[in-house]
Amino acid sequence: MIYLELLWAFIQIGLFSIGGGYAAMPLIQHQAIDVHGWLTMQSFADIMTISQMTPGPIAINAATFVGIQTAGIPGALVATFGCVLPSSIIVLSLAFIYYRFKGLKAMDSILKGLRPAVVAMIASAALSLIAMAFWPEGMEGSTDWLNAAIFILALLILRIWKPNPIIVMAAAGCIGIAASFLV
Amino acid sequence: MERNARTYLKLFLTTLGISAFTFGGGYVIIPLMRRTFVSRLRWIEESEMLDLTAIAQSSPGPIAVNAAILIGYRIGGIPGAIISCLGAVIPPLVIISVISAFYKAFRSNRYVSAAMTAMSAGVAAVVVDAVISMTRDIIRTRRILPIAMLVAAFILVALLGVNIIAVIIISGAIGYLSATVSERRRG
Repeated sequence: MIYLELLWAFIQIGLFSIGGGYAAMPLIQHQAIDVHGWLTMQSFADIMTISQMTPGPIAINAATFVGIQTAGIPGALVATFGCVLPSSIIVLSLAFIYYRFKGLKAMDSILKGLRPAVVAMIASAALSLIAMAFWPEGMEGSTDWLNAAIFILALLILRIWKPNPIIVMAAAGCIGIAASFLV
Repeated sequence: MERNARTYLKLFLTTLGISAFTFGGGYVIIPLMRRTFVSRLRWIEESEMLDLTAIAQSSPGPIAVNAAILIGYRIGGIPGAIISCLGAVIPPLVIISVISAFYKAFRSNRYVSAAMTAMSAGVAAVVVDAVISMTRDIIRTRRILPIAMLVAAFILVALLGVNIIAVIIISGAIGYLSATVSERRRG
């Protein structure tokens, strides 16, 4: 039953993506690629790219995309619902506890302890994105030197001048289009 | 706060608008929510907004959605929470639905495909940039446990392919235990 699978997969993504930002990325990769095979690595990289360029949290964007690709609009609704279900229950319970006892100490120490592991997992997902960009046809295929150059240049620019990532992404896209005229 | 249809409608339209025009996720959306709900609408006190933000960031799931749920709940109870959650979720749901509907046709276009391929290198750089900053913050704590956990978790997940949910649960437990132990020592 595809709807139940989508619901359960995105409940897990919503429940275990702790710390905001890119924390959902490794979980989406795990569920949608490794466990269920709903996405290829290329479409995963695409949805991360689209997420950078459009408003909205990565997890919601991924839920909508995966839901539609596997089971149409109802699939998107079910996946998105699954994605927000655990956090809405937890966030309201925490609010209740907070206003009652004025403290989130346990949650805070769990969160601090988790931080290094979350960073490690995002790093692991980043390696997959690099591999996808450098070797689009798999590790045995040829190296995409243009992408390698864009990656290094973009990373240097981001580290030195700290511009808005959207500008860097848009510039990368323009270079890609320009290069496609030359080839 | 009077809980009438107009308040709910305004709540819905406000979260919808914030969600539709905010690029860059939770870290960008929270200051915007503070400006809207504290300074402009005066529905929430500044100090309470700080508390709500802390709760949204300590909970799993997207921070922007968590913050919307909390603000909605604060203003209009459970119906308010549902309404503002819908407001936060509908824009990305609609935008990505439209994009996915055209995705296959888009992707096979030569120029879109060239742009997407180059942008996948850009997104890898954006994520690596974030990873470098976050890793530096952890190394700067100069504490052995977090650094060891960073290295161990990376080896387990990236090299050995251990299930990430198991790694998350174990690290959360280690974090909680180490905080409890150092609390006891301090007495």
